[in-house]
Amino acid sequence: MKKYIIYILILLFSALTYAQETDVTIEKDTTQLQEVILIGQRKLSKYRQEKTLSSIDDYLEKSNKITMIKRGNYAWEPTMNNMTSERLNVTIDGMQIFGACTDKMDPITSYVDVSNLEKVSIGSGQEGTENGHSIGGGIDLRLPRSKYYDNGFKTSADLGYETNGNYRTAGLDVAYSGNKFYMNADGIYRKSDNYDAGNNKEVLYSQFEKYNLSFQAGYKLSDNHSMDANLIYDKATDVGYPALPMDVSLAEALITSLTHTYKNDSTFIKSWESKLYFNTVTHIMDDSKRPDVPIRMDMPGWSDTYGFYSKVGLEEKNHRLLFNLNGFYNRSIAEMTMYPNDPNESVMFMYTWPDIRTLYSGLFVKDAITISDKETLNVSTRLGFHNNTIGDQVGLESLQIFYPELTDSKNRFLKSFATDYQFKTKSYDASFGVGYGERAPSVSEGYGFFLFNSFDNYDYIGNPTLNNEKSLEANIKTNYYQNRFKIGVEASYFYIMDYIIGEIDPTLSAMTIGANGVRIYKALSNASIFDVYINSSYDFTEKLSLNATVGYNYGSGSNGENLPLIKPFSYVAEVAYYTTKFNAALQLEGNGNQSRYSSFYGEDNTAEYAVLNLNLGNIIHWNSNRIIFKYGIENILDAEYSTYADWNNIPRQGRNFYMNVSYVF
Amino acid sequence: MKLKYILPVLFIALFATSCSTDDTDEIDSVTNEVEGLTIVEELTNDTHTIELYNTSGRFYTGYNTISLRIKDNASNTYVENATINWMPVMQMPTMQHSCPKTNPTKTIGKDTVYKGNIIYQMTNEDGSGWTLTVNYAIDEVDYSVSEEITVSQSDKQNVASFTGSDSKRYVVAMVKPNDPNIGNNELVVGLYQMENMMSFPIVENFALKLDPRMPGMGNHSSPNNTNLTYNSADNLYHANLSLTMSGYWVLNLQLLDSEGLLLKGEQVTTDNIQSSLYLELEF
Repeated sequence: MKKYIIYILILLFSALTYAQETDVTIEKDTTQLQEVILIGQRKLSKYRQEKTLSSIDDYLEKSNKITMIKRGNYAWEPTMNNMTSERLNVTIDGMQIFGACTDKMDPITSYVDVSNLEKVSIGSGQEGTENGHSIGGGIDLRLPRSKYYDNGFKTSADLGYETNGNYRTAGLDVAYSGNKFYMNADGIYRKSDNYDAGNNKEVLYSQFEKYNLSFQAGYKLSDNHSMDANLIYDKATDVGYPALPMDVSLAEALITSLTHTYKNDSTFIKSWESKLYFNTVTHIMDDSKRPDVPIRMDMPGWSDTYGFYSKVGLEEKNHRLLFNLNGFYNRSIAEMTMYPNDPNESVMFMYTWPDIRTLYSGLFVKDAITISDKETLNVSTRLGFHNNTIGDQVGLESLQIFYPELTDSKNRFLKSFATDYQFKTKSYDASFGVGYGERAPSVSEGYGFFLFNSFDNYDYIGNPTLNNEKSLEANIKTNYYQNRFKIGVEASYFYIMDYIIGEIDPTLSAMTIGANGVRIYKALSNASIFDVYINSSYDFTEKLSLNATVGYNYGSGSNGENLPLIKPFSYVAEVAYYTTKFNAALQLEGNGNQSRYSSFYGEDNTAEYAVLNLNLGNIIHWNSNRIIFKYGIENILDAEYSTYADWNNIPRQGRNFYMNVSYVF
Repeated sequence: MKLKYILPVLFIALFATSCSTDDTDEIDSVTNEVEGLTIVEELTNDTHTIELYNTSGRFYTGYNTISLRIKDNASNTYVENATINWMPVMQMPTMQHSCPKTNPTKTIGKDTVYKGNIIYQMTNEDGSGWTLTVNYAIDEVDYSVSEEITVSQSDKQNVASFTGSDSKRYVVAMVKPNDPNIGNNELVVGLYQMENMMSFPIVENFALKLDPRMPGMGNHSSPNNTNLTYNSADNLYHANLSLTMSGYWVLNLQLLDSEGLLLKGEQVTTDNIQSSLYLELEF
């Protein structure tokens, strides 16, 4: 206890003197440093990533606004501004893709690996609607741009090992770049056994194994026109979910796209990019590894998406315009087969997602207006048409048990508007934004049929009659710089109307054995979510710096109850030493006691925690090759803890030694 | 390779429409009025052969809808103007009894087919024990035929006979659904009182409380079921039965008389997982 008090004192002191970078774009954490130099992005931030082979999940978690919900050691679910998947728009290079699991065990971030990506664009709230409607924001996982560098073959190999969970990683990347043609192929393999929580307590069913292959190629048709093709294949098997009653025997995705790009600096149209894409996801939940279950069941799910976008960038005087017309068609099916303990009884079957087809098309327009050297005004809007159709007659009839008047199709019109004003001088900058956005209910919220949620131990029934959820938001961000010192404040407020959340229906009988009851998705008349972060940083010397962040989040519904999964008081403080050949950082990260937990929605109080991490890195140049070492210790003090974002309080990893080696040649 | 793969699927996505097929098969109504039905038994006397049909080709315990034709053995033609009643009898070691039934009447829209029903409430293990007597009159001449028939035991309990708290004996039998769906189903049940060994009149204006449960899955229920109420149009009891999934269901019932007095059955609770009055369903 004393330990934590000391930590917090150190932290409070450092928070006043120090802060972390809060760029909304996280640069790719990769060994491909070559690439960085070529496209002229900041090498520093990449170099400071602790692990070259960190998963996309680890990588996202570095953002202030993002927290990962953990149901195990794999496939974490990103939340932004304290809002989960259904309120976010997560895309892969503008492509819509939807997980096939009814229990959110396969967020789409689990189907790509860092090796597939160049960077991640994060837009908070209505700033994140370029690719689709959202309330909390948008995350776009960006594929690498075309690379016509004419530098021939490049290869890099990565190996990684972590002691906790005996986690092994291997990756290989081969690239060829010519004048008119380039190609890139990479593969990565990850395997982990059960990890240990603090004090060497093994967390059962936390193993996973996956591999990811990607292939990208481009051809330059002329100086202004080029074509790119991209294919990602990702397959995870034997994934354990310690927080859930079931595991996953297969999570498989094939993600393909074909892109045409036009670029011309001298014309009115600066860029025009069009993409056709298709992706298919198969997700199979099973419980065959669990020794003790009330009933055996299989829960497979499938999600296929076809889509396109076409976006045009224009510049005229002080206006920079972006138009993005996009559309997709998704088909989501999930079913559940239960095997009775009495072998003479026939198997029980139901559709949990009754073949829901979603058709969306919409237009996004953004204008960035430069008012003066110091001032910029951004205005954007997205208007879209959204249709859901129940494709399966059995599925329609199942839902008619709850909604006798239900028809198989529902149309929605969705709107989003946002504007922000930015002001920038040498010693400070500030931005102020307001927005209004809407979203349609997700497939589970609209059409789910007896989806068991192990978090609150209730079965959930979708509600096709839900209104669109609507949000009014305001955000401010300001930074103040003085010599080596920087301090910044960032805050967002969301007033969400028709906030969708499950409401207990005491007349209904739970399907799942042992569940407390049934909740039906209903809407609260409104809910408020507020978050504020203070970042500060101080550079002692060119090489030694200190930064710290403290955050506070608040969420409450119109029924007077706290919202679930709201982050408690949190802090990060880091001392970092950096030269071009060596870097080291000592990090303290923790949360305060979760005093405003939501017992109404199945949460319990999560105690405060703090962990200490150390990471180190070396680069060794050797002829034209280079070797990069990244190594360190996570959770040095072997704390046994869980956070508010750990599903059913599963404990996090205890002490972990890790080492990554990358060889670039 | 990419293009070849992506374009077709996109075109499918863009142009996929659902088509409904129109069945234009002509129904040959004149030549075969028992199309789609299977013969169960033929009862023969000197003058006629009585053909009994249903969809499965066998009699099972529970509610049986039976189609009947009378063939004139001499002329090999089917009789169109008969009046018919039938009497099924079960031979027990010490006594004999009948069961609830509806006498056959001419099927609307057909010339030679008569339709009725019989509710076999029990059978012997080997299917023996039942004798069916058909009495019929053609042009005011009475005929009769009687033969043993085979009645197989249904896998699931679709009929129940019991004594109510009023000391009267009743038979309750499931008429529908024949082919249950996941979703809302119309549940139709027949309720009869056993007046004596040979007479089972329809009971009117009682009610049956319905509580479907799935014992294999924590004995959970389903929402929006209604209680069975009497419909004087068909003399049967109707309710909405919602089945949230396929599998084995127990339809727990409680019989109430016209005054609302409980005659048979108990409420399902965590301690009492099944009513003593129930029917079963599996699909």
